[in-house]
Amino acid sequence: MATLLIPTALRAFAGGQPELDLDGSTAGEVIAALALKHPEIKEHLYEESGKLRSFINVYVGDENVKKLQGLDTPVKESDSVMLVPAIAGGRKWD
Amino acid sequence: MGLIDEGRLESLSHEEIARYSRHLLLPEIGLEGQKRIKASKVLIVGTGGLGAPLALYLAAAGVGTIGVVDFDFVEASNLQRQIIHGVRDIGRPKTASARDKIRSINPGVKVVEHNVALTSSNALQIISQYDVVADGTDNYQTRYLVNDACVLLGKPNVYGSIFQFEGQASVFYSKEGPCYRCLYPAPPPPGLVPSCAEGGVMGVLPGIVGTIQAGEVIKLISGESLKGTLVGRLLLFDQWRMKFRELKLDKDPDCPICGKNPTIHELIDYEQFCGLKPETQEILYETIEPLELKARLDAGETLQIIDIREPHEKAIAKFPGAKSMPLGQVKRRSSEFDPSIDTVFICKIGTRSVFAIRALRETGYDGKIFNLADGINGWARDVDKSLPRY
Repeated sequence: MATLLIPTALRAFAGGQPELDLDGSTAGEVIAALALKHPEIKEHLYEESGKLRSFINVYVGDENVKKLQGLDTPVKESDSVMLVPAIAGGRKWD
Repeated sequence: MGLIDEGRLESLSHEEIARYSRHLLLPEIGLEGQKRIKASKVLIVGTGGLGAPLALYLAAAGVGTIGVVDFDFVEASNLQRQIIHGVRDIGRPKTASARDKIRSINPGVKVVEHNVALTSSNALQIISQYDVVADGTDNYQTRYLVNDACVLLGKPNVYGSIFQFEGQASVFYSKEGPCYRCLYPAPPPPGLVPSCAEGGVMGVLPGIVGTIQAGEVIKLISGESLKGTLVGRLLLFDQWRMKFRELKLDKDPDCPICGKNPTIHELIDYEQFCGLKPETQEILYETIEPLELKARLDAGETLQIIDIREPHEKAIAKFPGAKSMPLGQVKRRSSEFDPSIDTVFICKIGTRSVFAIRALRETGYDGKIFNLADGINGWARDVDKSLPRY
């Protein structure tokens, strides 16, 4: 169990929630629990291969999991897991 | 060792000393720091929501040369956040409007207008004339372009980005820390994340993020070290929940442009990199113009009209007779479509609907699909002028 912080860009696919307490003993399991609870978010988080999309960084506390053990980074109840996607701003995608 | 070479510094006039006295009183800036600010050349890429406060504060602070890059014209919908432009500037090039405002704040600033789109063919030539770049762009192609050009030229890139209520800021300076590609090796596929033009943005958000960028620029150009700057840190700001967070950013040794064995040695085709030029164009739908749709409806034809906008957008402008199916629901409600009847998808401007169409096609749907050109805004423009455009 840990708290998952959901950025604005993904909240619309997570029932509008800014954070959720989710089961899981690793960062990857906590994120998978989100996708299970809100299936619409799945394609925004994962590539078809099941890999987490490369424009989303995952932080546990203030460290990028890339520097820890990736999605296998263990999390405790007091930890926050944060999704940090790339955001670009205004222009219409044309 | 500061960014601004001592040999470029000039003395300040009495008028300048009076004008900048509140900076001179700060030991962290002082007379030397203000001289460096005066000698510095800063390029602001984009004169929109982020570029507006950047330009205003850098002008007020006495930056010697401010370059502004933008190819766009001022529109009414910009004024909710782009505070460098006013009602009388609507229709003018943004760089001209920014130049006038900078000059009215501080005639001592030299303004260089680059009224062009920044591209792979002009970016190195433009950026090489400046000491620092402030990235206030609104799309991934230009962000990667600015990043790569700054890495190749060894310039610091003061980064800010916004979406709805959330902002990010950092200083990417590959000589001393990570670059944008270390954090985000690749952009999201087009259409996966809505833009501010479709998702909205709170007007003061770019004001705050752009002002943070302006502060970082001033620290970089006035100071002697990078201490205290956002090099190696990513600042996240959630305006609605009023929370700032700070994350550590590390240089990626495998970064394709600033890592140990770089594979990118020159600027690339950023449209292609961002997936905007698909190699094989899949035919998912046909486009229908608003007047053509009107003619078919007037002729009494039965069509499935699907409005994929969110409920709060429909409160702004409703499409008569359309079935409501917010983007996120299209896939799971695919059984509600009848493939024997033509379907028309409607969104705000005709881009988000492409994502809905793709989602429906992925379920194996093979009925005929049309996308309403320019969305409900196009309908309001060409057919029903009683509807507002937003």
